[in-house]
Amino acid sequence: MAKTIIDKVWDRHVVHAAEGEPSLLYIDLHLVHEVTSPQAFDGLRLSGRPLRRPDLTVATEDHNVPTANIDQPIADPISRKQVDTLRANCNEFGVKLYSMGDINQGIVHVIGPELGMTQPGMTVVCGDSHTSTHGAFGALAFGIGTSEVEHVLATQTLQQSAQDRMAITVNGELPVGSTAKDVVLAILGATDTGGGIGAIAEFRGPVIEALSMEGRMTVCNMSIEFGAKAGMIAPDDTTFAYLEGRPHAPKGAEWEAALDDWRSLRTDDGATFDREIILDGSAIAPHMTWGTNPGQVAPISANVPNPDQFDDPAARDAAARALDYMGLTAGTPLRDVPVDTVFIGSCTNSRIEDLRAAAAVAEGRQVKAGMRTLVVPGSGLVKAQAEAEGLHTIFTNAGFDWREPGCSMCLAMNPDKLAPGERSASTSNRNFEGRQGRGGRTHLVSPAVAAATAIAGTFATPADLD
Amino acid sequence: MEPVAIVQGTAVPLDRSDVDTDQIIPSDWLKRVERTGFEKGLFSEWRDGEDFVLNDEQYAGANILIGGPNFGTGSSREHAVWAIQQFGFAAVISPRFGPIFKNNSTKNGLVPVEVDQATAEALMAGVQADPTLEITIDVERGTVEAPAIGLSATFDLSPTIRHRLLNGLDDIALTLQQESKIDAFETSRPSYMA
Ligand code: SF4
Repeated sequence: MAKTIIDKVWDRHVVHAAEGEPSLLYIDLHLVHEVTSPQAFDGLRLSGRPLRRPDLTVATEDHNVPTANIDQPIADPISRKQVDTLRANCNEFGVKLYSMGDINQGIVHVIGPELGMTQPGMTVVCGDSHTSTHGAFGALAFGIGTSEVEHVLATQTLQQSAQDRMAITVNGELPVGSTAKDVVLAILGATDTGGGIGAIAEFRGPVIEALSMEGRMTVCNMSIEFGAKAGMIAPDDTTFAYLEGRPHAPKGAEWEAALDDWRSLRTDDGATFDREIILDGSAIAPHMTWGTNPGQVAPISANVPNPDQFDDPAARDAAARALDYMGLTAGTPLRDVPVDTVFIGSCTNSRIEDLRAAAAVAEGRQVKAGMRTLVVPGSGLVKAQAEAEGLHTIFTNAGFDWREPGCSMCLAMNPDKLAPGERSASTSNRNFEGRQGRGGRTHLVSPAVAAATAIAGTFATPADLD
Repeated sequence: MEPVAIVQGTAVPLDRSDVDTDQIIPSDWLKRVERTGFEKGLFSEWRDGEDFVLNDEQYAGANILIGGPNFGTGSSREHAVWAIQQFGFAAVISPRFGPIFKNNSTKNGLVPVEVDQATAEALMAGVQADPTLEITIDVERGTVEAPAIGLSATFDLSPTIRHRLLNGLDDIALTLQQESKIDAFETSRPSYMA
């Protein structure tokens, strides 16, 4: 029978299945960070259970870490305690940990792929909803809560109920100036925040196939923003070229065997999906969010919407509330909205290609006077690569602030925060109220738009700067 | 976790859609390494505002939270569930939950009551009109009832989840009953996956 890639990867991980019960799935890679793991390790200790597979478990410090002066101890005592707790737990249970200052340290969803740990056909989990990022490799990857983190630590499995299969096809070719971020923001506009609930999505079609691995990760990263459990993209030569030679990728004869297997991870002709969305890629212009959930998006060329234009009363209500929180007036051109802070980073857009795209815009230009900017590479390796290419000099010459790797202003658990009422153009994935600091106003954009906005002072695309 | 069969009491109407986990428990609170003490963080940014419904004396002592669609959307933080529970809620009613939140709820014995839109709206309106409206949620029968407004509706729970809620079962212990299958599975994994 014709199968989707979703079924193929799912089926090969079923350890135990019984009628009317969730399936027990084996987990190939468990990524751990400091925020969602302390209570899980505590649970293991309390029940006297060992960690089943320390060798399939990898940890990093990312959410709390400062992005400046990292040779000093973390100033916030509660953040420091959380990081120290992770260090003690990893030490006690024998888990490999990448600590602040290590070249391999970084955002959990950046380091997995870049070290070659994330591979096609795997199941990958982490106590973090953006684990969907790893689906870009044709892995089945999803975020879990702390109870499930403990479950994976103890059993290397998870109980999972069947999900719908959702196909998201992006046809055609992207216009010049549009990026992977614009693709996923446009998908969010089409699906809304709940359109993927109960489903695993496969992204497909010529636009997706033409994306680099970095771009595919950006798209899969935000699967959770429309409610999908996971997003996947079939592995192809782009995937294999990215993986070959990375530290944890298979080598020699194993590489050949892996390739043979990975090439089979495609949706068969004639396989059916439960839901389907088709977008015309040639119509996707640069996008941004205007509201307080990621489904509230529009092309940058649009105006702030009027809540009355929404038919659904809940959407109308949500729009009115969002405009109030965001301090926006219906009808204002989005391009006229002034911005205080630009944040380039997060597991959505902090990889080398994202930094190259932003640097290309920044080169030879100057950040608008008074604008705060943060460029936060996703990992120590990204930072080193960017510095080797001279990107940091381009950024600093243009007036951008070049920082150390971590989650930073994506969720403001470290000192990088918006002040109340401050407005940001951010390459991250969530524009919830207070996400980047209490009272802060977040607009999600691509790295190129973020850089152009830093220079223009109001929302802008690179083309607007000419 | 503690078994839960019946949740009976009054409710707080939180009448907005897309209440995300960043609102339920703002990120400052995620720095704790303990599993308790999250009640103070529940909706802490909204609670600082004067007219937030949780501050309304009329709803003091309620043990059910009624939310709009997409309740619990966003991050995987189980802290959101702990905060709601530790504040004193035993069940949340919504027409649609964020999936990770819903799953986390069932792991902790917080009953996610996913009802149709009309039922959710009737309950929201009923509680707004009368804060003392008595609501009964029956986990075994999968029903939610508010006799004073003539409301009786059903909600879905998978048989496995229902069984676990009713018996307060530990997932890990259940999974470890399949340990020999996990052992066998591990011998079949390709060598390059270690
Ligand atoms: S960068 Fe943001 S979304 Fe990504 S893992 Fe860190 S906090 Fe979560």
